[in-house]
Amino acid sequence: MEHGTTALAPRGMDLGQPVIDTDIHCNVPNVRALFPYLSEHWREYITYSAFKGPVDTAYPRGAATSSLPGTSGPDGEAPGTSLKLVREQVLDPWNVELGILNCTYAVESLHNPDTAAAMASAVNDWMIAEWLAEEPRLRASMVAPSRVPEMAAQEIDRIGSHPGIVQVFLPVVSEAPYGHRRYWPIFEAAQRHDLTVSLQFGGAPGNPPTGAGWPSYYLEDYAGMAQVFQTQILNLVVEGVFDHFPRLRIAMIEGGWTWIPSLMWRIDKDWKGLRREVPWNTMPPSDYIRGRMRFSLQPLDAAPDPKHMLQLIEQIGSDDVLMFSTDYPHWHFDRPEEAVPAGLPAELRRKILSENARSFYRFDK
Amino acid sequence: MSRHVVCRVDELPPGQHRIISVRGRTIGVFNVNGEYHALLNRCPHRAAPLCQGVVTGLITSPAQYQRELTRDGEIVRCPWHGWEFDITDGRSVFNPHRVRTRTYEVFVETAPPGEDEDPDADAAGAQLVQATIGPDDPDPTLETYPVEVEQQFVVLYLGQSKPAARPE
Ligand code: FES
Repeated sequence: MEHGTTALAPRGMDLGQPVIDTDIHCNVPNVRALFPYLSEHWREYITYSAFKGPVDTAYPRGAATSSLPGTSGPDGEAPGTSLKLVREQVLDPWNVELGILNCTYAVESLHNPDTAAAMASAVNDWMIAEWLAEEPRLRASMVAPSRVPEMAAQEIDRIGSHPGIVQVFLPVVSEAPYGHRRYWPIFEAAQRHDLTVSLQFGGAPGNPPTGAGWPSYYLEDYAGMAQVFQTQILNLVVEGVFDHFPRLRIAMIEGGWTWIPSLMWRIDKDWKGLRREVPWNTMPPSDYIRGRMRFSLQPLDAAPDPKHMLQLIEQIGSDDVLMFSTDYPHWHFDRPEEAVPAGLPAELRRKILSENARSFYRFDK
Repeated sequence: MSRHVVCRVDELPPGQHRIISVRGRTIGVFNVNGEYHALLNRCPHRAAPLCQGVVTGLITSPAQYQRELTRDGEIVRCPWHGWEFDITDGRSVFNPHRVRTRTYEVFVETAPPGEDEDPDADAAGAQLVQATIGPDDPDPTLETYPVEVEQQFVVLYLGQSKPAARPE
């Protein structure tokens, strides 16, 4: 078996049109890469304390499923650290018209809010300088110190109007569900700058990734993350985040989507009898999901029969909610032909490959 | 269309309702702040006895996280799954245009010789008087006066259309 050779480097596929890739991961190679974007104080602090950067537990480092072989840098840097490879392995082969960078730099794992804020700012400035400025096809989700929402809002105000920044990145596993009022400064700032907010696979170390506590295996962590996404969706809707922030749009990235119909059916059904609890909700919960939320295509919980995938989209009741993603360099489809469900009608396919993201992120403006 | 006397007005004060059986169906008759309304006692969701639910008001939200109870007494909550219906028009609160239950016309009428009334009552009363006095008793030569009891009744109309002329 070959390991880490370019023979296994990911290859793209001509999907017959340019695509908008809503989930490309970029990673900070090491904490020193951020030094140019940190003040002297923080550089000294990091050196003195031997701080190596936040711990990201979303994927076990080096796990075979976490990154495609051949995505590491030439000197063994972590996958997703090289713009050159992103060009060669994603942007060119997939004919990416626009790609959104998601940097899973887990600043929420830092308990010192000032450190978290400084690191978030550094990551954002690093992305702007070393990725966005270098590659016109890229846009970025900004990192935010979400444990202290007021500080996150300050960071959003600091760089939110940069044309390359299109989204605020939050990990889906949080200290509390994001609909709670304490997080509203983040949504307020995002709306102020017309940025979308995304919830992304993984999250704050310290909280188990399931409601039943800590699972034992990565397999459970991975397959079970859908329930965290569902919890967040329920909470965002019923707390009235969408009612309170009428222009807010939220993307669910890397959480799957085949479970959306059953979630919609359940919550709509219960809402009819429990609506009194949340009278600020002015429409059935599923209408908020269809109207204000979008989902990245990967990972595709592919049914064995492709026709069932089309049925699922029909059951969601909207052709607008899915957005193409490669999830590069993660390894959730091992053959490019599996990137998009087969047998989609042409118009729906076009929407998923580019148009849904184009309107969601306002790329046509 | 048919006409049914439900009860005397004083038997159904504001805030109260009663469930009656008419022509094989049960119907809830409600006094909402002095106005009368009737709903089919059958939830359009899963056919629960809707009118046996809690009579409550409409919760609205003037601002985020604020709740206000309005229209108290005008909403009934289905006892099975909590769907709320507007007693005044039978419409559901969450989807008033598509989900509704049947309503009926209710009026207050004065001393009606309605179909539910016994047309022989006067004759029976006369017999009762006769029986009490006895044929052989001396004529009591009572002084009599014409008496009319102006009793008001809650009356329910069942049928496809409103009564042509609303009885007063
Ligand atoms: S039967 Fe009335 S709400 Fe279900």
